[in-house]
Amino acid sequence: MQRFLYELTESWKIAVTQMRSNKTRSMLTALGVIIGIVAVTLMGTAIGGIQTGFDKSMAVFGDDVLYVEQWPWRQVDDWWNYRDRKKIKTEYAEPINRMIAATPNSNLVVAVPSSAFFRSVKHADNEVNNILVRGTVSDYIITSTFEFKEGRFFNDIESRDGANVCVVGYDVADALFPSESPLDKSVLINGQAFKVIGVISRQGTFLGLFSLDAIVVMPLPAFQKYFSAKSDSDILVKVKDKTRLADAKDELTGLMRRVRALPPEKKDDFSINEQQALKSTLDPIKNSIAVAGLFITGLSLFVGAIGIMNITFVSVKERTKEIGTRKALGARRRTILLQFLIESTALCLVGGLIGLSVAYVMCFGIGAAFPSFPIQFSLGLVLVSMLVSILTGLVSGFAPAWSASRLDPVTALRYE
Amino acid sequence: MNMTTAETMRPPGSIVIDIENITKNYVMGDETVHALRGVTLQIRRNEYLAIMGPSGSGKSTLMNMLGCLDTPSSGRYEFNGKNVAEMNDDELAAIRNREIGFVFQTFNLLPRSDSLRNVELPLIYAGIDPETRAERAAQTLIDVGLGDRMHHKPNELSGGQRQRVAVARALVNRPSIILADEPTGNLDSKTGEEIMALFESLYQRGNTIILITHERDIALHARRTVKLRDGLVESDQLSVGPEARAMAFT
Repeated sequence: MQRFLYELTESWKIAVTQMRSNKTRSMLTALGVIIGIVAVTLMGTAIGGIQTGFDKSMAVFGDDVLYVEQWPWRQVDDWWNYRDRKKIKTEYAEPINRMIAATPNSNLVVAVPSSAFFRSVKHADNEVNNILVRGTVSDYIITSTFEFKEGRFFNDIESRDGANVCVVGYDVADALFPSESPLDKSVLINGQAFKVIGVISRQGTFLGLFSLDAIVVMPLPAFQKYFSAKSDSDILVKVKDKTRLADAKDELTGLMRRVRALPPEKKDDFSINEQQALKSTLDPIKNSIAVAGLFITGLSLFVGAIGIMNITFVSVKERTKEIGTRKALGARRRTILLQFLIESTALCLVGGLIGLSVAYVMCFGIGAAFPSFPIQFSLGLVLVSMLVSILTGLVSGFAPAWSASRLDPVTALRYE
Repeated sequence: MNMTTAETMRPPGSIVIDIENITKNYVMGDETVHALRGVTLQIRRNEYLAIMGPSGSGKSTLMNMLGCLDTPSSGRYEFNGKNVAEMNDDELAAIRNREIGFVFQTFNLLPRSDSLRNVELPLIYAGIDPETRAERAAQTLIDVGLGDRMHHKPNELSGGQRQRVAVARALVNRPSIILADEPTGNLDSKTGEEIMALFESLYQRGNTIILITHERDIALHARRTVKLRDGLVESDQLSVGPEARAMAFT
């Protein structure tokens, strides 16, 4: 053990000496690893960023909210079985809430009806298209993750009376009221005026696909009064304890079956959706993006590794006589193997460190230039890329080091 | 002082190397070369032996066998009572490390390491701690007269000094034998003589030295000369040392 330690330190010294005396060669070889590590690290930060963005997008749905809808949030192969289901009606919320209240120890808190469609929204000469207009009740606020930039959500009374008030998303406020506060001003939807009572803080985009800030929320009676046609409705149900989501789902299924008066032999004619189900549908997509990305960038690291292997072979060839001498002086196979493995590893480690610093700087640059681009530089990433460099060194150095360790001392000593 | 008397008075040491009827065959292309055809040899502690022979006589092959760099094709080889003929690579490496000090014709120093680190090398492989290592390497360098050259790299040393470093490296692990392969081959005759004087003093201090050479002048320094021809021992003669010869001429 002691001896192994001495051999190890000796090998490190040799590796450092070797790098110092062949600066250009070492740098050029390390360059391959540097590029590889930069690529892999940047990819890693991007994947980390995507992950964060994904989680943020998913959080919009809330992990303690169930969605009663016609369609499930997953790919269905038998779409015809879902197509003819009855639409979900906002009126279901009322009996569900009554039943929740009547159930002791219910896992559910409240059912919130919601109806929505896309419309353009106007104020004065400004107009924004494709805005999600949602009609709901005041309880909607407890199922959502909204925070208010200014103003407030509509209250119970406004909700019940269907007052002509609304809450607008950040994008809507920004587009229609670029230089003033939208509070107490009116927006026009289908020619009908609604008073703005609140502005929601920026929510970002959903998976980068569409903005979560292009919304208008108003009391359900008002929504139904002015735009009854062609809207999609669903029921949002807040769960008491998110660790008992499955129980809550079962309970809600029972309630919905009673609302729909389904006989026991009939299958559910509605879907109960949750964030987790959506996640498990989207996770494989996200993961395959990550794997493909890492694989492609990993190729550049592989090229770097080949460079290291090549230079280690050259190094072994050049120092054949030295290997012979070392063997004559008592170096065992293991000693020689270790020496060259450490040489290649040291080279990769240096490359890895430089690559990591370059990647770090680039991350900052990209972050400054494109603030919306998701990038995340973590300690874990640093450790992983260091580990990858070491592994690259060990793997690429193994073949040359092995051949060096197997050299016959007599032949090696005679080598010129 | 009469050296001859001292020489003859010296009691025979224990047997270090015991070789019996060893052969070595190489396959070169379709041909088998019989480099050694059956060599029997015993070398005792504190002998000063020269192995001579023209090229192709099997001299180098025998040196590789003696130095445990290679194993014989057949025959018996015992080193300090241990059977070397059947050892594997790592066991041979251990024997080379502890029992044999090599001195090469081309010095074979590590070019980028200073004298001290060159001399330390066998101690590293022997698993000796850094302090003891440095101490012993320094002492050995002082012993060969290079106390003031410890931190010089090989390219900052003369040929003779380089060979002294190599000798120090061979000595540092206190081996049973010192195996010198044409140690003066790359040196001018004056420096060569200096190195031979160093060997003589090592011998006087009780070391066992095996010299491989094709030069008669160099072989004359030894007390026993084994001549090889065509892979066989041609002659094995005791001779007097240089001092004795010098005495005889005066």
